[in-house]
Amino acid sequence: MKKLSVRRRHPLAALVVLLIALAATGGLYATFAPADKAKAEESSAQSLAIDEGKKLYQVGCASCHGTGGQGSSDGPSLVGVGAAAVDFQVGTGRMPLQQPGAQAPKKPVAYSQTEIDQLAAYVASLGPGPAQPNKSDYDPAGGDAARGGDLFRTNCAQCHNFIGKGGALTHGKFAPDLGGVTPKHMYEAMETGPQNMPVFPESLLKQKDKQDIIAWLDTVNSDKAEEPGGYGLGGLGPVSEGLFAWVIGLVLLIGVACWVAAHTAKARKS
Amino acid sequence: MSSEHLPSEADHGPAGQVAVADHEDPFKDPGLPPHEPRKQDIDERSAKRSERTVALLFTISMLATIGFIASFVAFPVDKMAYVWPLGHVSILHLMLGLTLGIALFCIGAGAVHWARTLMSDVEIADERHDIEADAETRAKVFADFKQGAEESGFGRRKLLRNTLFGALTLLPLSGIVLLRDLGPLPEDKLRHTLWGKGKRLINENTEEPLRPEDITLGSLAFAMPEGLKKDDHDFNVEIAKAALMLVRIHPDDIKDKKSLDWGHDGILAFSKICTHVGCPVSLYEQQTHHVLCPCHQSTFDLADGAKVIFGPAGHALPQLKIHVNDDGYLEALGDFAEPVGPSFWERG
Amino acid sequence: MATATDSRRPASKGEKVADWADGRLGIYGLAKANMRKIFPDHWSFMLGEICLYSFIIIILTGVYLTLFFKPSMAELVYDGSYGPMNGIHMTEAYASTLDISFDVRGGLLVRQIHHWAALIFIAAMAVHMMRVFFTGAFRKPREINWLFGFLLLVLGCIAGFTGYSLPDDLLSGTGVRFMQGAIMGMPLVGTYLAMFLYGGEFPGDDVIPRFFSIHVLLVPGIMLGLLVAHLILVFYHKHTQFAGPGRTNKNVVGMPLLPVYMAKAGGFFFLVFGVITVIAGAVTINPIWVLGPYRPDQVSTGAQPDWYMGWTEGMIRMMPGWEWVIPTGHTINFGVFIPLMVVGVIPIAIALYPFFESWLTGDKREHHIADRPRNVPTRTAFGVAWLSWVFMCMIGGGNDLWATHLHLSINSITWFVRIGFFVVPPIVFWITRRICLGLQRRDRDKVLHGRESGIIKRLPHGEFIEVHEPLAQEEMHTLTAHEQYRPLEAGPKVDENGVVRKQGVVERVRTKLSKNYFGDAGQIPKPTAEEYREVTSGHGHH
Repeated sequence: MKKLSVRRRHPLAALVVLLIALAATGGLYATFAPADKAKAEESSAQSLAIDEGKKLYQVGCASCHGTGGQGSSDGPSLVGVGAAAVDFQVGTGRMPLQQPGAQAPKKPVAYSQTEIDQLAAYVASLGPGPAQPNKSDYDPAGGDAARGGDLFRTNCAQCHNFIGKGGALTHGKFAPDLGGVTPKHMYEAMETGPQNMPVFPESLLKQKDKQDIIAWLDTVNSDKAEEPGGYGLGGLGPVSEGLFAWVIGLVLLIGVACWVAAHTAKARKS
Repeated sequence: MSSEHLPSEADHGPAGQVAVADHEDPFKDPGLPPHEPRKQDIDERSAKRSERTVALLFTISMLATIGFIASFVAFPVDKMAYVWPLGHVSILHLMLGLTLGIALFCIGAGAVHWARTLMSDVEIADERHDIEADAETRAKVFADFKQGAEESGFGRRKLLRNTLFGALTLLPLSGIVLLRDLGPLPEDKLRHTLWGKGKRLINENTEEPLRPEDITLGSLAFAMPEGLKKDDHDFNVEIAKAALMLVRIHPDDIKDKKSLDWGHDGILAFSKICTHVGCPVSLYEQQTHHVLCPCHQSTFDLADGAKVIFGPAGHALPQLKIHVNDDGYLEALGDFAEPVGPSFWERG
Repeated sequence: MATATDSRRPASKGEKVADWADGRLGIYGLAKANMRKIFPDHWSFMLGEICLYSFIIIILTGVYLTLFFKPSMAELVYDGSYGPMNGIHMTEAYASTLDISFDVRGGLLVRQIHHWAALIFIAAMAVHMMRVFFTGAFRKPREINWLFGFLLLVLGCIAGFTGYSLPDDLLSGTGVRFMQGAIMGMPLVGTYLAMFLYGGEFPGDDVIPRFFSIHVLLVPGIMLGLLVAHLILVFYHKHTQFAGPGRTNKNVVGMPLLPVYMAKAGGFFFLVFGVITVIAGAVTINPIWVLGPYRPDQVSTGAQPDWYMGWTEGMIRMMPGWEWVIPTGHTINFGVFIPLMVVGVIPIAIALYPFFESWLTGDKREHHIADRPRNVPTRTAFGVAWLSWVFMCMIGGGNDLWATHLHLSINSITWFVRIGFFVVPPIVFWITRRICLGLQRRDRDKVLHGRESGIIKRLPHGEFIEVHEPLAQEEMHTLTAHEQYRPLEAGPKVDENGVVRKQGVVERVRTKLSKNYFGDAGQIPKPTAEEYREVTSGHGHH
């Protein structure tokens, strides 16, 4: 150290320091430059998606939701609804709307997932809103079905029935059957509250809670749902059970009664 | 073609008697038709075939019972399997049901087939006899009764009779008194809930106190009073009255000004218990602000003081007065101003 | 003792046992009267047996279930075989029902047999009652048996409702809550009754154990007694039969109890049990494991009672929201109170119908020939109108499911039911009576002109006619065997002394009703012998 301290007043010292500083800066630049570059690329991909989305939007959505997503008499404003809402509405075929009615029903999907993502990107750019969730957020395998069942009965079953078979609302509106709805769409529905469904934001129902609810539905209302007691009659409760008891049960028994009481065929046909 | 064939009758007498059949009556009863034999009655081979069918049915029943026992032993109670068209069912349950059902059904089918094909099917007529007793019996019964009644002195000794009636009338009162401790008196129990001044609103899902910013426009939250825990012994009794439903409606959309005042910046807290018979009403339509009861479809307009707009409920859902405390949490300003839940006689 | 068997040969072992029993129980007297008792064959006479057998099945399976069920509202945290309920707070009642379903081998089957048999039991009772109503089998001497049957139906519904409540799942708890709300809605005594029944505030800890003893002891005990009385009376009165050759009001034609009906009825028990067991094995009923435990702040849409309570549910759902605070400061909740009154009054009207009809006809004779429904059009029309009314209520009770499955508005369905409640029964009444009269007319034509043979003949002068075959004697007798009442006529305005007679309101109502039942609008006169002779004697013979 002594040597250095002696030479620091050397006329070339400033030059050396400058060189070292430059080298260090260059090294740092070399270390960090690729990240910045990727960021730039991503943001350009994002803006590309937004551009593509905007084009799709102008063709398929603007007539109702307004050219800038500001909404019109035919459709609500999309500013701030977020990418999750677009992915849900378009991804389940509810949008674009075919005809006005009590509520938009599920339909065959009109766009590819890439196009949906582009639309989502465009709408997300209009104002901050819920983003599309990651798989780890909604994967039913990571949820606790029992806890989810309890949350489902508090927050959801009143409209969607015990196991999500759906139910009626006022004036022709209804809560749909949740069988066959993808976990991602369920998550987005809770996050964004499509149509008359209330919103369940993170502040009221945390990501883990939502995942548990999805796990419950995956257990009781999916292709692999177990029905230990036999055919489930649609999971609709006493109405379908009562119908079955009359139409199959009692009719079978009356048929048997007819056989028991009928006279046996006679040898001679009269 | 009016009514010449109908029995004549007095104006207010019994209307109608059996039409008297004259001997030339074209509709007269030809009597029981002669018995016609069945195939099994005249053809021994046919009878044998029936016999074999019956025996086969009984044998199937035996096999099914063995199958039942085998299924009980062989299949684990939690084994599921896909069985078309039923779905993923418990294989033990299904096999037990089918084997037991077949075992029972085949015994029945065998017995009935036996009766129908091999037992005599000659129809026999049995005479009916009047249910009413003849006059002599009737007279004897009344005489016996009268004698017994007189011997008892029941009619004569009025003091005995009246005190007996008195004793028998009073006695059941003991039984009624014994029922007193079935439950407490209503008193004012139905008028109070756990809510009170300064109780914070706890989110039922997260069990954390709610802040106004947690409740976004269009959202629906369920809250319980601070201090109530889900594993409390009286949780069900308390939540049955205290259950609360929170929504946030844009203040401009709230028609009822008192309702707006009782909330905080459009956050309104209503009782979740229907005023009809007490189901939890919470089918909230965030666009119409209507809430529907899943039990009997009473519909309440939360934007208009939770007034009833359809269905059998008789009055609006009670609203809880809330505000934001100094720490920024939502809290109640008191209990509900009126009894929650189904209305009752003393409600007023 | 030995005197009975001292004739030719010594008594066999079986005879000795029978003698022993007879010496103590007097069974020979009973056996003499009943062993070869005759039962008429008709499918509709087996409906009562479906009820009897499903009741026996319910008792057998119910006893088994009590071995495992714990009627307790003590709380626990579930940790058992059914994963999707692990860690959930629930009562012992619910947890033990889960155990019956998932840990007891065959427990789920027995539970489902019990529940399916209960639904079928009450459905069979309803159909049995309709059969008795529409064939007039409630007439003297069977009015009391009608009452016994009626009580069995009412108690069956109570047993069903209390049983449905026991597992303490979210659906049954909603029903129990409804009941509490309905009781609270009763004027004056409501809150007291509710507090006493539930042992305090809802839900409390007492309602499940209390319902349990009502469900397994009180109600079935009374039902068993009524059932025995019902069957004794069936034996004592002997069964009704339909009119036919050789079948009169004074006899009963059919097959003997031993052996034919022993085998048929005994076999039918196994058939009923078998069918219900297969249904229970293949089709889920009340899957309480996905319903979750009851919590008063949770609910599911589609919350309905079992079918037999559906009509009451419908009435509750269609009520407008009427609630009055009367001047004394008390509240009357009509949304509950009116349906409660109707639910009380309508069954009583049904129970008393036989007495109404015997008052109307003034007929004091015994009736053992079952009516064909068409031959008593007004009664039949009443019955069908009543059924249509129940059906309207049932639609109301399931309005949410009709709405989702038929894509209708729940409000429209409710309005349809509100209007239909008043409008549909009179229309159905009118239509049914027309159909009955039409059928009577057809019977009349058949008797007078014979059956259409389908053979077309050309007469010499060119006219085409269809040949009508005359009916067989048996058929002619069967179609004319029924009696026809004449309507009551209002008495003369003045009596023989010229004094104006006073006719009471009751008498006038009776005359009017009688005219409705048995007047020109109420029945088609059956063909008379004279008419028949006139038609068959030649002229105008088409």
